[in-house]
Amino acid sequence: MLEDKSNIKAWLYLAPALILLTIFIFYPIINALFLVILSDYNYLQGTWQGFTLTDNFVYVFRNQNFIQALTNTMLITFVSVPVSVTLSLFVSVWLNSVAKSKGFFQTIFFLPYVTNAIAIGMAFAFLFNRNFGLINTILGWVGLNPVNWVGLGATWGNAMFSLLVYVVWGSLAFKIMVFLSGLQNIDKQYYDAARVDSTKKGRIFRRITVPLLSPMIFYITITSFIGAFKAYTEVIGMFGERLGPPGNDKALITVVALVYDALDRSGVPGALSEAAATAIVLFAITLIFTLINTRISKNRVHYAGGAK
Amino acid sequence: MAAQVQNLYGNEKQLRRQFILRQTYVFTMLIIFSIIVIIPFYWMILTAFKTEAQVFTSPPILWLTELNFSNFGAAMNAAPFLRYMGNTVVVSFFSTIGTVITTIFAAFAFARLNFTGRDAIFMLLISTMMIPGEIFVITNFLTVVEFGWIKDQTYTTALLAMTIPFMTSIFYIFFLRQSFRQIPNELYYAAKVDGTSDFKYLRRVMIPIAMPTIITITILNAMGTWNAYIWPRLVTQRQEFGLVSNGLRNAFNDLAGVVAYNEQMAAALLVTFPLLVVFLLLKKYIIRGVSRSGIKG
Repeated sequence: MLEDKSNIKAWLYLAPALILLTIFIFYPIINALFLVILSDYNYLQGTWQGFTLTDNFVYVFRNQNFIQALTNTMLITFVSVPVSVTLSLFVSVWLNSVAKSKGFFQTIFFLPYVTNAIAIGMAFAFLFNRNFGLINTILGWVGLNPVNWVGLGATWGNAMFSLLVYVVWGSLAFKIMVFLSGLQNIDKQYYDAARVDSTKKGRIFRRITVPLLSPMIFYITITSFIGAFKAYTEVIGMFGERLGPPGNDKALITVVALVYDALDRSGVPGALSEAAATAIVLFAITLIFTLINTRISKNRVHYAGGAK
Repeated sequence: MAAQVQNLYGNEKQLRRQFILRQTYVFTMLIIFSIIVIIPFYWMILTAFKTEAQVFTSPPILWLTELNFSNFGAAMNAAPFLRYMGNTVVVSFFSTIGTVITTIFAAFAFARLNFTGRDAIFMLLISTMMIPGEIFVITNFLTVVEFGWIKDQTYTTALLAMTIPFMTSIFYIFFLRQSFRQIPNELYYAAKVDGTSDFKYLRRVMIPIAMPTIITITILNAMGTWNAYIWPRLVTQRQEFGLVSNGLRNAFNDLAGVVAYNEQMAAALLVTFPLLVVFLLLKKYIIRGVSRSGIKG
């Protein structure tokens, strides 16, 4: 009796969240699996032409932009994640060992986290402007010619490089803060012992800091991979809905952009199923790489006492 | 003996020199890195105060002796940014209040109450966290159409479409549950013995103790709305219902033509400024919350 009462009460506390989650998370997952097996689904009329297991995925792979989108997404992920994880690891170690002004630097390094992605993307686009931007000015100081990074007819490579700079810049703040809090949790006695043995700094970094921080590095790498596979707003911020430099439209299209492309055509029969199929492909990619990451890290992550 | 003392003393001096060298190196690296972080902000602010002639000067002017404020007025004329900011504040306010309330209740149930299926449901919630949001967006769009929030859209239905789907968050439930679980069980049993109801215990004990986490959730959620671009673009039927990101992107979408960069950057600064102010005022909560949990808001 008492047990029942406590059950009902618990469900009442859960109800607001659960109702919302059911409508906006659980049902959409099931519905996506349903949409993806419908053939020529027309949501305006609620009609479809039978069922299919593969057709909608075939549409995704046949989409003329799919290969480009997949290439861009992979490139953004596999460049920006390792670069930003490594950089932020170094910065957090410096930040942790500086004797003065730690709070000041911490505040500055956190700034990119609290900006509007569109606003700062526009600032980056202007930084990379051919004639009036700062990047080419700096290149000029060291005697290099101006590069057409993001302007009319800019190449895919130049535009991608500019985008990567922005993506990396934007993703450092969060990682630095997480690593810093991890470093502050490492037991000082490891470093004291190393100092007694007069171990070199580089060796301390490789043999103490990295292993003790490895659970956190692993966690950050996984979440960064998941986040980077979803790159899209950054492209919008720098290049607008054109998704590429002028004259080279969609050069920087990503997989998520394909989902919204299909969704924008929602009135066309089959478009919603294509959107669902694209999103499921994205999920599959994310899942595969998360599993690979977990596999690789299994032997390398060091869960000893001292670092949490 | 004397030699030994000499040796130790020498060591000390050497260690001290090493320390100073190392600090100088670290400090220099941090300064260089700070400059890299600051540059885009500096560039935005600098450009926002340039005249048109100064913007289109090559090589660019890197320091202004005279500030030109006219770009802000021009930006406001290019698009109703105050209106977009107002919309964003309203959407942010309602979705954050909703999120905080549903999150507190759910986290309390998961952290403190015993009920059948608790762990199973919790695992179910956690397992959806890896699924990309795009999978939900497709159906959620159809759902808000079904709810009648898209067709013949009014300001109210636009607000409903932008807030209701975001009135809870699995991640924040998970995050707050962690905080709640750190509160000792003894407090709960003591309250039970005194005949305190669960709700009163939640309100009087758990919420005050977990307040820093709740504040962090509030701030991160509000900042998330300030950044929202995709969903508002999808569900708003009129430009004037859009949020800041949408307004900003729509007002300056052409890279091919000549963009009035000074006005664009003035608008970008207008949008960024409130966020920076909030951050500087509440940075204690933001930095602590983000670094402790390892979360992305």
